[in-house]
Amino acid sequence: MHWELLLQPRKRPKEAKVEKEYWRWPESRWTSPDIDWKDGDIISAGVDVGSVSSQAVVLVDGNLYAYSNFRTGSGSPESAQKVMDKALEETGLTLDKIHCIVGTGYGRVNVPFAQRAITEIACHARGANFMYGPTVRTILDMGGQDCKAIRCDGEGKVTNFLMNDKCAAGTGRGMEVFADLLSVPIEDLGRLSFEVDKEPEPVSSTCVIFAKSEAVGLLRKGWPKEKILAAYSSAMAYRVAKLLERIKIEKDFAITGGIAKNEGVVKRIEAELNIKALEPKHDTQIAGALGGALFAKALAEKERGLR
Amino acid sequence: MNVVGIDCGAKYVKALVLEDDKIKAKSSVLSGFDQKAAAQEALDKALNEAGLKKEEVVHITATGTGKEEVTFAKSTITEVGADAKAVNFLYPSVRTVIDVGAEEGRAIKVNKAGKVIDFAINDKCAAGAGTFTETMARALEVKLEEMGALSLKSQKSVPMNAQCVVFAESEVVSLIHAKHAKEDIVRAVHDAIADRIASMARTIGIEKDVVLVGGLARNIGFVDSLKRDLKQELLIPEDPEYSCALGAAFAAAEKAKGG
Repeated sequence: MHWELLLQPRKRPKEAKVEKEYWRWPESRWTSPDIDWKDGDIISAGVDVGSVSSQAVVLVDGNLYAYSNFRTGSGSPESAQKVMDKALEETGLTLDKIHCIVGTGYGRVNVPFAQRAITEIACHARGANFMYGPTVRTILDMGGQDCKAIRCDGEGKVTNFLMNDKCAAGTGRGMEVFADLLSVPIEDLGRLSFEVDKEPEPVSSTCVIFAKSEAVGLLRKGWPKEKILAAYSSAMAYRVAKLLERIKIEKDFAITGGIAKNEGVVKRIEAELNIKALEPKHDTQIAGALGGALFAKALAEKERGLR
Repeated sequence: MNVVGIDCGAKYVKALVLEDDKIKAKSSVLSGFDQKAAAQEALDKALNEAGLKKEEVVHITATGTGKEEVTFAKSTITEVGADAKAVNFLYPSVRTVIDVGAEEGRAIKVNKAGKVIDFAINDKCAAGAGTFTETMARALEVKLEEMGALSLKSQKSVPMNAQCVVFAESEVVSLIHAKHAKEDIVRAVHDAIADRIASMARTIGIEKDVVLVGGLARNIGFVDSLKRDLKQELLIPEDPEYSCALGAAFAAAEKAKGG
């Protein structure tokens, strides 16, 4: 392939202002309108510092009170502080009033205000158990720089897991590369990938760099963006389906992480495995932080001698 | 008797004209989007340099990832087979061939007759190939051809954790932000590729002598990293990127003789 064209130099900061960053996904924050933290007995929080995104979740007596989801910056402590501040924004709640905080994710040991650090695998299973209910047995977490297949019991305890954190194929970062390549905003990729008459053959499922070089060749051949997206989305689905087959899927099945918001990938995973994923009720990216907050609640109760 | 070997690679198409075991001419053209056209251009250039007409060529053999695109070739040979033939001609003492191209890395074990005994290929992941250096050169804003020399200036290696080219690019950007010297980062990049290539080569067992071919053999920084990793001297031919084209030309000569 033609690498000169593929590997165009990065735009200088001056020009970057006018250029749209297609990979940039929407950041968010949310507060429950039905809960007042002042009425709460135990306030707990979880902070998930991932390689690409960070989340903070606040629970009041085990009920979802507030959360935030932002891009991870250059340092883990700063990113943790930022998402926590964002989650607490305009609530009047302050850090010192939270009884226990758990850090999780790739930067979990660098959350300065957390009392404990717990692996993201345990937190994701616990969080998914809360988000999707106790029937969940298999969770696929599609994060920014890794992809995990987790098996758990009815209490959200991990029984087995497999992960790919070596390679960008099957991760959110790989999808960002394609958003940029095709100049399509990342949140539109899923919908657009269905605007094809027939599903094309998937591109390379083993390497994003090879998939990208194939895609450039196909663009040159006159393939429309939606057809390329369909080919890449199926490659990604195929890749994670292999991971899930290795761990053996048991119902119910749920997908967490940023890619869970991409229907183009989700529907193709469902078709590949012939299984329906549960409908998410909350932002799929908060599962890890939510699990952390649930663990924090249990820790706070233990400290008070309630457990 | 004139024969031609064409190596249609991921990045460059190489053509080599052989007259009775003597290299008469060679050319290299960017593969671009149309490998077929690039192969034709490479052939025309090489023939022009050799002062030959197309009719004077008895046989053409193609190799490389795009070998099927070379429609004017009469036969094809695998890259592994081509490498083995070329290396056996250049260095009969070689038992291990390491070939690192733009998108593929190969390790081949050969016997003294130049027959392939075993081989390992990395064509699933860009991390053990030239693309890796190219992507990192761009992230570092260093010219690709300057990467080698810059790497040799480094006194220490900074650790690189990422395996994947996509992740490594983000990591290089973080290393730049962390104010690591460019030469140290470049060395880390070369060490990372060398590590991947060396571990692939170890799966087939490394036997002396060892030759390094493919475009990455031109990068003195990578060569240094690989030598350090293998604790082993490496033979490098004058034009290492023409190894497969040379092997294909030998295959063409054999075919022409009715072999």
